[in-house]
Parts: sequence; structure tokens; C-alpha cells
Amino acid sequence: MTGTLIKIDGLTKAYPGVIANDNVSFQIDAGEVHALLGENGAGKSTLVKMIYGLVKPDAGQMQLRGKPYAPAEPRAARAAGVAMVFQHFSLFEALTVAENIALGMENPPPMRQLSDRITTVSQDYGLPLDPHRTVGDLSAGERQRVEIIRCLLQDPKLLIMDEPTSVLTPQEVDILFATLRLLRDQGTSILYISHKLEEIRALCDTATILRGGQNVGTCDPRQTAARDMAEMMVGSRLHVPEKVSHATDQVALTVNRLTSRAVSPFGTRLRDVSFQLWQGEILGIGGVAGNGQDELLAAMSGEMQVNPDAIRLGNRPIGHLGPNKRRRLGLLAAPEERLGHAAAPDMTLTENALLSGKVRKALEENGFLNWNKARRFADQIIDRFDVRTPNAANAARSLSGGNLQKFVIGREILQNPLVLVVNQPTWGVDAQAAAAIRQALLDLAAEGAAVIVISQDLDELMEITDRFAALNEGRLSAPRPTADLDVEQIGLMLGGAHGMEVAHAPEESTAAQ
Amino acid sequence: MIRLEKRRQPSKRWTYLTPPLAVVAIMIAGGFMFWLLGKDPVEAIRIIFWDPLFNEQFASYSRPQILVKAAPLILIAIGLSFGFRAGVWNIGAEGQYIMGAIAGAAVGLAFFPTESALIFPLMVIAGALGGFLWAMIPALLKIAFRTNEILVSLLLVYVADLYLASVSFGALRNPDGGGFPGSRNLQQYPSAANPELIAGTGAHWGVVTAIFAVAVAYVLLNHHRIGFEIKLTGQSPRAARFAGVNPNLIIAVCLGFSGILAGLAGLFEVSGPSGQINIDFASGYGFTAIIVAFLGRLHPVGILLAGLLMALTYIGGELAQLMLGIPAAAILAFQGMLLFFLLAMDVLTDYRILVGKKGLN
Repeated sequence: MTGTLIKIDGLTKAYPGVIANDNVSFQIDAGEVHALLGENGAGKSTLVKMIYGLVKPDAGQMQLRGKPYAPAEPRAARAAGVAMVFQHFSLFEALTVAENIALGMENPPPMRQLSDRITTVSQDYGLPLDPHRTVGDLSAGERQRVEIIRCLLQDPKLLIMDEPTSVLTPQEVDILFATLRLLRDQGTSILYISHKLEEIRALCDTATILRGGQNVGTCDPRQTAARDMAEMMVGSRLHVPEKVSHATDQVALTVNRLTSRAVSPFGTRLRDVSFQLWQGEILGIGGVAGNGQDELLAAMSGEMQVNPDAIRLGNRPIGHLGPNKRRRLGLLAAPEERLGHAAAPDMTLTENALLSGKVRKALEENGFLNWNKARRFADQIIDRFDVRTPNAANAARSLSGGNLQKFVIGREILQNPLVLVVNQPTWGVDAQAAAAIRQALLDLAAEGAAVIVISQDLDELMEITDRFAALNEGRLSAPRPTADLDVEQIGLMLGGAHGMEVAHAPEESTAAQ
Repeated sequence: MIRLEKRRQPSKRWTYLTPPLAVVAIMIAGGFMFWLLGKDPVEAIRIIFWDPLFNEQFASYSRPQILVKAAPLILIAIGLSFGFRAGVWNIGAEGQYIMGAIAGAAVGLAFFPTESALIFPLMVIAGALGGFLWAMIPALLKIAFRTNEILVSLLLVYVADLYLASVSFGALRNPDGGGFPGSRNLQQYPSAANPELIAGTGAHWGVVTAIFAVAVAYVLLNHHRIGFEIKLTGQSPRAARFAGVNPNLIIAVCLGFSGILAGLAGLFEVSGPSGQINIDFASGYGFTAIIVAFLGRLHPVGILLAGLLMALTYIGGELAQLMLGIPAAAILAFQGMLLFFLLAMDVLTDYRILVGKKGLN
């Protein structure tokens, strides 16, 4: 169980304008859970892609069990015993679990045999999964299990996991960790990528911290204070937003028995969603991805129209109105997907400012667009929200994720909304930008607006929301004051461990189909 | 080693540089093709690009012809460019062109031999309406049933072509024509004629309308909401929905607008240069306009220039057939290469080419 499994020596990889990895060296022992810690953009993904053979390093070498290791492609990495679970799953929703796994194999065994192996592995490692279910019907946690089992069938020596807990409920995280510890005890090494310090302290034996593409230190996470690791990761002290509640007893928005269709074939339709939103409050809506978040945002923004009385702004029924009519009345929204939904990638920031700001900022007169005014609005967003870009004539896709997100959120906030709905406001955003966005949402509520934050990041919801409700399979729980909740309770509100019952009672789920 | 690397944003400079570069490339490749056919490449290129404008012998005839050919191309291409920007692919402008011509000519012929200043304006309206209604068929089918507008509009070209043959032999046939197919010649019916406005220029009402259409399209695309919504729908349909754009309205506007312009082009053609509805009226303008639209980068001013260039290769191509005996198919291939080179050169707008070892920058 001892000895070095993989040695990484001076890996360097540059992309135009940025050095993603600069002379990174570290090693992973056999049977070790090794954390790779760093902010978004620190170079974690590039590093593991080099280990997995997806990217070729510009300089440096690797050794696997003392032998030179330079995988030309993922197939070579897998043959050498390196497997990876990606943050974004590559599964076909219309196929079953077993079919998906067979697709990823070089020489898949007959389906019946494969199903048996999947069941065996899933029981051995405590990862309940029915090989005959259609992936489209699975929760995010279950989909991740498909990916993990796909890796385990190859009997890997090194398992790379990229941000595996971002889509899981706290209970599902516990199941995953138990599995990972079991794997470690059997001698499999795990390279665990995350920016969540508490997880790493709970699971990992060693942590390598990346910042700006460089290895800024290796430590034992169980011996090192979370604060110290955070500062190594960020490089400076972080400003943590201050939460003071400004909730009033004036109703800003009422949602009453909102039921909708799904926005995509495997989406989740909303069922009987009801809540009231007070002026000055921030309502957090948590939930694992795919439980109706996209539908809720579309129903609020007006992209999906519903029965008029299902949504009332103040006293006015608005469920049947389209996006621009709702904007005129003061209900604004910022969708999750920055490129292609909240913003048009190839359009300039000025054009993107016009995209949602046209109505409230009066950027249009008799159908003609006032580009000067639109440019001034874009400049104002760039200035007030510290968006790093040469000027407003740059295309949206030339901005980093964090900067574009600041632009998108800033665009809505500067229109003085009465109600603002945001979905995943800090997803994939670096810590500084995330803190700025959260502070801006708090400031907006302090000025009397009502804010709905839909997010999968529980820490974020705990940090800034007044009340919390969970979205689970299209149903919304009754909102409860966030201050009264702990992570365990939130986990149970989110539906506990999705699909736990499946492995124990497979005949039940077959009957349900 | 040569590598392509995606630019962070499309290069403005290359957007403007690629069309002239494509023209240079086609001169070289086309010259090579003519050489393979056993013709003198330099002379062939000179005849196509230079002689129609400046040859002492032919220029006085061919120069006005350039405007005559360019006007319908520009009119149709301007209309198509709206749809192409929005991702609405009207491939059937040829059919809308034919239907516009038939509708306009039918109105004019219905009044024969009455003389009135109102007849021509009425024909213009009918021509626009004919193209518009023909384009509404793929639009409404797409809105109601999600049919593919490429297939529907394209197949409707063949329907329109057959209808053209039918009216040439039937409803619109010249009763005094001695049994030959084809309608009366509108040029010989002053109230319905679309004459040359300034002698020796080739400029008829279609040319005036084409220039007007360029100006209107420029304003709509750059300064009006509809232009922004069209662009947004083409680039990012989800963002367009978020911005409150009604995608069905965009489909109807784009197909309707291109139908109107194609119908007008047909009307001006039938009442002017062509003169009559006949079985050979369809000329392929509706298809060539697709090349013109892309060659002009879907930009109104670009389309104006591209239309003139395309007309030049038409006239020059005819001259080359006449003088060097280059086959007509080779001229078509030559024009097709223009689009091919332009699209290939597009790589330069979105990517930069790195030669040699990858450096760290």
C-alpha cells in the first residue's frame, strides 16, 4: 500500500495569453486520497487533463510506478490504469445505464453479463444503481454513479474525480465518501479536485494547492486550518459579504400553484409550486440540478408563459406575460447559462446590454435603437461592477466566466428591479467575483427589492439568504428561515439521498417503469 | 507545422479583407481551370473582369447590362440576407421571383389595352404580393408544423416553374401570338412597361428599388429593433427568447420580406428587360442571389458590391463564351468557386494561423 504511484515533474502548459500550468510537480502515493485544491482558473482542470491524456504538456514529464508515462490519448491513460470522472457527465439520456457503460468500453461483454457486473460492483462499493434504468430519468447523483461505476469496471489504479460533490445532496456526499474510502483501503489512489475545504479536510490525506497555474504548497489538510488553505488558494484575504436581513412584510411576488411543462425532453416540470416573496428579502431555492430549476427560471422570466394567476407581481397577475412586459413591470431575471442564454456570445457588450435592458433603460424609441445610450449603459455596468474588459465593444465570449457573470448580474441590478430572479449566480466564478456578486445581491435587497437565488451551492444559500426552500422533482418545499437550518436538515429537504432505495429494492423500480 | 487557433473574437479586419482575397484567389484558380481547358488564362480573366467595363468595342453595350443583371440579384440578396442572419433559410427565392412576375404581369395584362398611370404601381403591388404569399407557404408551415423551410421553399421553386409553363401556354398566352407560348410583350404596352429611365445606363425602376432596398436594409439592420432581433435569433436562439423575441414573428418577417423583394425583382424583370411571361423566364437569379448574399457578408453595402461583381462575371462570362469558346458550364463553375473560396477564407476571420513551433505568448 505504500510507494509512489504517479510522479509529476515540472508539467507546463500554456494557452495563448495564459499559462495554465507553470512547472507543476507533486506525487501521489498508492492508496492515497490526494486533493488538488484551487480556485476556478487556477489550472486544476488542465493538469488533470494532461494526466488523463486529453492535453499534451508543453514541458515536463510524468512517471507511473517508476516508468515514464506520457499518454497520447485517454485510451492510453485508461490502459495504464488511470480513470476519470468528469464534472460534466457524458451520458446519453435516452439509453439505459448498461448501454451507456457499454458505449464507453473497448470490448463490451454481452449486455446480460455487463448488467450483472454493474450490479455486483454497485453493491460492492455501496453505490446503488439499477443497470436497466434510462439515464434521462436519473438524478444527478445517480448519473455520477454511472460514471464512477464505468471507471471502476476498468479496475483503475488512479481515479481522478473533478468536483464530484457539486451536484450532490449532503447525504449523497456521505455515500460517495464512504465509497472513496473503501477504494482507498483497497489500494486505489484518488486525485480529488475541489475548492470546498471542509470536504477535503474530511476525506483527503494530502492536498496540493494550485494558484495561477503554480503549485503554491502541499499540506496535510487534516493538520492545516481551513483558513490557511483558503489563503494559500486565493493569495489574499477574502472579503466575506455581511448579511443583515432587510425583509419587510410587504408582498413583492406571489406564486400560487404554479404548474408547468418541462423545457426539455428530460427536464422536470414544475408541480404546484407556491410561495410568497417579501420586499427586501432574499429567498434561496436549493436543489440538485435537473429538479426544475431551469423551468422555474423560465416561468419567472416569462420565457415560458403560464396561467395568469399563477404569478402575481404585487397584486397584478402576470403569469401570461412575455419577458419584456414583465421587465416593464419590474420582474427581472438572470439565467444560469451565461453564454447563449443570458448573453449572446458573439455580440458586443453594448449589444448584450441592450438585450435585456432595452425596456427599462428606454434604449429604444419607436422601434429605433439608441446605440449611444446602450453604450453608456454598458459602460456603467462595466464601471460599477468592475468588469475586466478593454471596452464595451468586445464580444461577450472574450470575457472570463467571472467577468461575464458580473456583467450579466450587473445588467439586471442596474435596471432597479422590484424582483430579481437569478439562477446559479456564482457558478464557475472565481472567489473574488463570487463575493462581489453576492454582495451586490445583498445590497439590492437592502434597497428594498426582493431577490430569488436559485443555486446548488448550499454554502452560498446559507451565506446570503433569509429563507430557504428546496426544489425536488419539480415540487417546492415550504420556505423556512435559513438561520434555523443546518446542513443536515437542508439535505433532507433536498430529498435526502436520491435513489438510495433503488439498489435495495430493484423490483420496485422496475415495476414503476 | 501549421495550426489554426480560434480567435477570442472574430477579426474585423479579416471580415473586410476576405472578399477581395477570395476574388483574387478565384482569378488564379479560375485561370488554372481555363488553362486546363486549353485557353489562355490571362486573356480569359481579362475578358471576364475587364472587357465588359472598358473594352472599346463592347463596353457601351455591356456596361448597362451590368446594372440590368445586378438589380435583381441585389434586390433578392438583400431580402435573403435578413433570413440568413436569423437562421431562416429561404432557398426558394427563384420561385418567389417567378410568382411575383406572374402576379404583376397578370395585373398589367388584365388592363390591356387601357392606358393609365395607375397600372404600373398596381403591378408593383401585385408583384410584391405574389412573392410575399409564395414565401408565406414555407413560413406558415414552419411556424405551424416545424417543417424545414429549406426543403419547402426549394420544392416550391419547381411548382412555380411548372405554373409559369402553365400560364405561358394558357391563361396569360398572347391571344395575338399565333399560338406561340408566352404573354404579350409588356414593353410594347406603355402603361405596364418598366423602361430604361436614363438612356444608355440600363437603369430601370428595379435598379432604383434595389438601391432604395440597400439603404432601407442598412437602417433596419443597424438601427432598428427588428434588425437586432434578427441577428440575435441567428446567433443565439435561447438568448433571443430571453430578450423577449418571438421566434415565429422572426420567421414570418424574414421569409415575408425576402418574398416581397424577390417578387419585386421578378416584376421589374418581366415588365422590363425580359418583357414577357414565357417558359424560359426563370433565369436562376434567385439561386445566384444566395451567392451574392454570402459574398456580400450579408451586409447591405457588401451585397451591393457583390451583386455588381456577380453581374460582371455574368456579362464577362458570356463574352468569354463568345470570344474564346469557353463552355457555359465552366463559367458556372467559375461563379460557384467564388462562394467556395469566400467560405474557405472565412477561416481567417475566426481563426488565426500559426506557422512553426507553438510559442508561449
